Amino acid sequence: MLHNQTLRATLLSLVLLVLALGAWELSISAPLTASGELSEYEQLMGASASRAGVPPPSVILAHAMDELSRPFYDAGPNDKGIGLQLGYSVARVMAGYLLAAMLAIPLGFVIGMSPLLNRALDPYIQILKPISPLAWMPLALFVIKDSSLSAIFVIFICSIWPMLINTAFGVASVKRDWLNVARTLEMSRLRTAFTVILPAAAPTILTGMRIAIGISWLVIVAAEMLVGGTGIGYYVWNEWNNLDLASVVFAIIMIGLVGMVLDAVLAQASRLVRYQD
Amino acid sequence: MNRQFLQIESLAKRFPQPGAGEDVTVFDQVSFRMEQGEFICIIGHSGCGKSTILNVLAGLDAASSGSVIMDGREVAGPSLDRGVIFQNHSLLPWLSAFGNVAMAVRARWPKWPRARVREHSQRYLEMVGLKGAENKKPSQLSGGMCQRVGIARAFAIEPKLLLMDEPFGALDALTRGLIQEALLDIWSRTHQTVFMITHDVDEAILLSDRILLMTNGPDARIAESVRVDIDRPRDRAVLHQHPAYYPIRNHLVDFLVNRSRELQGADAPASAPEEAASPRDVNPAPRWRETGPGGSRAVASPA
Repeated sequence: MLHNQTLRATLLSLVLLVLALGAWELSISAPLTASGELSEYEQLMGASASRAGVPPPSVILAHAMDELSRPFYDAGPNDKGIGLQLGYSVARVMAGYLLAAMLAIPLGFVIGMSPLLNRALDPYIQILKPISPLAWMPLALFVIKDSSLSAIFVIFICSIWPMLINTAFGVASVKRDWLNVARTLEMSRLRTAFTVILPAAAPTILTGMRIAIGISWLVIVAAEMLVGGTGIGYYVWNEWNNLDLASVVFAIIMIGLVGMVLDAVLAQASRLVRYQD
Repeated sequence: MNRQFLQIESLAKRFPQPGAGEDVTVFDQVSFRMEQGEFICIIGHSGCGKSTILNVLAGLDAASSGSVIMDGREVAGPSLDRGVIFQNHSLLPWLSAFGNVAMAVRARWPKWPRARVREHSQRYLEMVGLKGAENKKPSQLSGGMCQRVGIARAFAIEPKLLLMDEPFGALDALTRGLIQEALLDIWSRTHQTVFMITHDVDEAILLSDRILLMTNGPDARIAESVRVDIDRPRDRAVLHQHPAYYPIRNHLVDFLVNRSRELQGADAPASAPEEAASPRDVNPAPRWRETGPGGSRAVASPA
């Protein structure tokens, strides 16, 4: 039954894909072709030039195959392989994200264990949390004076909040009974933190990490459009300036795929620490 | 036997009442003693502060006044000398049955090598009948088996005093019977000093040497200390045929139904002037040994 349903769902997915792509292909491959001779006026207005438009799926597919066959070529600042560009982006996300984790998880731990700190820091967290990470960009550029580091900082600032809040929440809501077990066993605070609180809060912490990686991947594209130079965000913007929409659509799909992989990695990690109470 | 092993002197717990100036007294003048190796149950209606007394003994809670002295030292804060079995097993769900016991053993004897910890934990898991289920997580075990792991964990650290807060309250009657037997079995081997809260009169008679009866809260007292004069080892299947069984049971039920309410707030009458702090000693079946021909033989285990 279950197997049957999986099969049917897969089939339905494929049918929907074919229908959508087919409709897209058909709507574009019936272009308005100027028939006959062009008038002088039309020639002046550039009607003889190939029309820019959203390319059909077949063109994008061909373009994708070409790009994917040489993902890491580097032919100057404005012509790099897609793999290289994605690599820059992933590296920035990782740098900012790991820095944020290194700060947010220990700090969240302390906040979660201390009701006093929790109350004292809560107003700041509540104010800082809703700020769009890109709003920090001008300040980051001015202070850091390096566009690439500024992008990393923006990732850092956007991924810190979900991890901080989830860690504090997870630590604060560890069951009293489990803490009492640790107390009656005369465990030190440090030992309690590592043997009881950390495993108990790990699923909540990882949920925060999963939310954070998703937000980071959303933000890096926008950040790189602003700072330029390298990365998938810059690539999209650059191809838009070149009016190469096949590349833009291809890049959009690649962004989605990489985001999916990042999410899947963290989903897998949270499966490792999950427990059934 | 050390008569002064555990001394509880005039324990009281008061909570400030929100709004009003008067504090609410949960219990007051709670005093009793325990010998080493004794099994004591405490019975009383909900709200009389049994759990609070247990938490004070464990060091997890502080009394408003009074003192707890164990082995000549005042109890302040939790200690490995006092093991606790909680109401809802409180196993760590990410650890296996073995892992839960081994964690406690490592905390008790940090210098033990791995193999010794393993052997010790394994032995106690076998004592509660969990051989073969060591590697299962609590979510894969039934409620009764989880409580067995809890018992193994508490006994494995070999505390001087074991505190149990209604350990079988959440189990169905059949499972409860089996675990009571497991508990009796492990107790007869270790002669652990046990202080246990229960709501179950039959459970109290089966397990304990003495039963402390509490009046209703607020302002609860320990009114009586009922002696369970039934030889060990006791057999659950034939315990109700023992001549002392019904006198004790009737006495307990009568107390819970009627007198726990009537005595509420009254000062407990002392059994002897020199032990003014202790509750009155009661033996509801004083002469069964003379009247019942071979009465004690009837319940003694065939072995």
